[in-house]
Amino acid sequence: MANNEIQLMAHLMRRAGFGAPFEELEARVAKGYEATVEELLRAEEKPDWEEDVARRHMIGGHLGNAMPEIQGFWMQRMIATTRPLQEKMTLFWHTILCSGDSKLDHPETMDTHIDMVREKALGRYPDLLVALSRDPAMIIYLDNRYSHKDSINENYGRELLELFSMGVGNYTEDDVKMAARAFTGWTLAPAMNSFIPYQRHAFKFQYDPEDHDDGEKVFLGQRGRFNGDDIINIIARQPATARFIARHLYDFFVADEVQVPAWQTTPPRDPAAVNVLADAYLQSDYDIRSVLRVLFNSDFFKDESVWYARVKSPVEVVVGTMRLVGDHLTPAPGIESLVGAAGGMGQILLNPPSVEGWHGGKEWINSGALVNRVNFVANRVGDLSLPGVQRIVERLGDITESISPSDFVDGCLELMGSIRVEEDTRLALIAHVERGGPLGRDTEEERASFARKVGELLQLIASSREYQFA
Amino acid sequence: MTTSTKDPVLVVIQLSGANDYMNTVIPYADPLYYDFRPVVSIPQNEVVPIDGQLAFHPSLLPLKDKFWDTGKMALIHGAGYPNPNRSHFRSMDIWHTCEPEIMGIEGWLGRAIRDLDPTAENVLTGVNIGQSLPRALAVPGVPVASVANLEQYGVLTGIEGDKERNQALDVFARMYTPAVGSGIVMDYLAQTGQDILKGADILKVAPAKYSSTVEYADNSIAQALKGIAQVHLADLGTRVFYCSHALYDTHATQVADHKKLWDDLAPAVCDFYDDLREHDASDNVVMLLFTEFGRRVRDNGSGTDHGSGGGSFVIGDPIKGGMYSEYPSLKPEDQLDGDLRFSYDFRGIYSTILERWLGLDAKPVVGGSFEQLDFI
Repeated sequence: MANNEIQLMAHLMRRAGFGAPFEELEARVAKGYEATVEELLRAEEKPDWEEDVARRHMIGGHLGNAMPEIQGFWMQRMIATTRPLQEKMTLFWHTILCSGDSKLDHPETMDTHIDMVREKALGRYPDLLVALSRDPAMIIYLDNRYSHKDSINENYGRELLELFSMGVGNYTEDDVKMAARAFTGWTLAPAMNSFIPYQRHAFKFQYDPEDHDDGEKVFLGQRGRFNGDDIINIIARQPATARFIARHLYDFFVADEVQVPAWQTTPPRDPAAVNVLADAYLQSDYDIRSVLRVLFNSDFFKDESVWYARVKSPVEVVVGTMRLVGDHLTPAPGIESLVGAAGGMGQILLNPPSVEGWHGGKEWINSGALVNRVNFVANRVGDLSLPGVQRIVERLGDITESISPSDFVDGCLELMGSIRVEEDTRLALIAHVERGGPLGRDTEEERASFARKVGELLQLIASSREYQFA
Repeated sequence: MTTSTKDPVLVVIQLSGANDYMNTVIPYADPLYYDFRPVVSIPQNEVVPIDGQLAFHPSLLPLKDKFWDTGKMALIHGAGYPNPNRSHFRSMDIWHTCEPEIMGIEGWLGRAIRDLDPTAENVLTGVNIGQSLPRALAVPGVPVASVANLEQYGVLTGIEGDKERNQALDVFARMYTPAVGSGIVMDYLAQTGQDILKGADILKVAPAKYSSTVEYADNSIAQALKGIAQVHLADLGTRVFYCSHALYDTHATQVADHKKLWDDLAPAVCDFYDDLREHDASDNVVMLLFTEFGRRVRDNGSGTDHGSGGGSFVIGDPIKGGMYSEYPSLKPEDQLDGDLRFSYDFRGIYSTILERWLGLDAKPVVGGSFEQLDFI
């Protein structure tokens, strides 16, 4: 069953999406690699999911705190989506352009925030930054509403430069102040009175010209009466921004980099690849979709040395597992518990620990998080009532008349999404299957025992070290 | 593997997001304080004076009653480091690794745990209560249990039947055997998996053995300290405990938010010590509270922006209470770009605790010699 094309497709789908069951990998290989990349990139050509149907399943929040509902709604969307790359990019930006409910305490505004990010996720980066600067969640999260003409609050100006575009070392403290001045007056409209029962409304953006500092500013060596839009246009075309975004994309889609604060002093893992991506950014009028097209079709992405070179984030673990086992593919109660599961592994959706986002890569792993990762996935893939697990049992049972322990192990690895494991791991799994006795399927009893053995093996594969990687 | 209950123990609480020291230990007699803080200040008639110059924020009253007034609370003013960095991320890294110049990889407490237990005999020498492991505790090869929930700690708990689960755990152990050439992260995973297997067996007894009359509040920091009390009282040989409390990043609406944080934290610390005292297990526990930096002298109309020159507290029965190091001057000519100038290198606090409390050589842990204080 195993072949290189399937494995490469599995790699693409783990990165550009949340992984795919074996049947989907087969179908995509039949369609071709480049065609699949193109289909993923042109997300808007796929039908959107039925948002109103999903909303109808999540009505509890309007009677109280809507946050679990809104987190669950996004989790649901990632699991059910026909546009996996769009959701993956939304998640990507969420880990960088952080905003979080712990500070907002206003779920509806987090909801419109993430909708905005999704809409702009694959577009031109300056368009996203402009939308972000007018986004009520960000205006609250980084305090721009408290930045006034006569007393600036530097928070947004600083993080825009440090974390959202150029990185430390590429601007001065004066640039921070100039950026903050340019965004004065970008604030919130007064809160709306709610006359409709059981409903709150998201905050809205408002520009207050009276509170805007219209004076001359010197920013990154340029002089003018800059406003926020001008600042973003200047930022977007900086080579430092191109490199910073390129390195983030490499880190998220190709292979784990060192943590962001070390980027000043540690060169990229693959400097040539980052240059290619940075050039693609500058040459495409800062178009993220164009950069991703270059990335997914590049040799450095397809190379086997970067397969499994990223530790899955908790949200990737949860969403990928649900897609694999075919659970929660349509809206149903209980989605909030999946949000909690990712939280237990160290990633609470829509609630990053700080504006710097989560420390990823190896730092996702510690004993507590690993316990939660292993148990969450094992409990799902060992549940023989789930459709995705049943498909694996059936397909494995169909292979040949007699199946050896090593065929059994290889088959399970393949059907879990063409997973490659170290030989030692494979031998440990084979030894376990051998110890369990014959794998017959002739009688009802044997078939039940066969299914149980599949479930058990899937649990062990899910608890392996290799399963922690994407 | 077991150690005596009376071995010195350190509990660290990280105040994430930069606690505003100026509004925690308040220079209430200095008119400059009220000049610079027209909005984000605590009125003179509300502060809790500790002398003619300084006062606690009213929410620290429980700490004053229990620790300050009994001489068991040390205030270390102006704790910081040269060339302050105002990025949370970077500054917290510096406090975690003691490396202000370069990017450090190893955490200072991870090193201390390695020195306390060089052969990693006890996988519970260091215990973090929380969802993710802070860098302060992270050193490759040094096991630290990071536990969100004491009751549910262990892998493959969903496999039914003792025989089946034990067989599965055998496979797990084999799959988590480090192999030559499999890479740093794979090796790290292998070690983490092995530590889980060992730690789980030991740790799960803690909640079962625990009983107390103290009722902790239902907030994150109180529950974290309760978890620490449970493990400490189970006598599992843990020497370093860690937990975090967030979010102190009060750029806006600080007066209300900062009060809420200390309203949760101060009673939680008191409950923790009451719990320990009830079990005659408090005299070997020292607690450090720290944050990554202080906040700007001048308020921004609603909160305070990132500054430098913060402050730390050390609490516990063996502590010589009082004020250590100098409270930074608020005078404009003494400030550093609008911030309080740091007056004491934080690595001296660590050195004092490492040498005088944990009995370790501080120099290799903090990367140099720093002035120690007499709070121990």
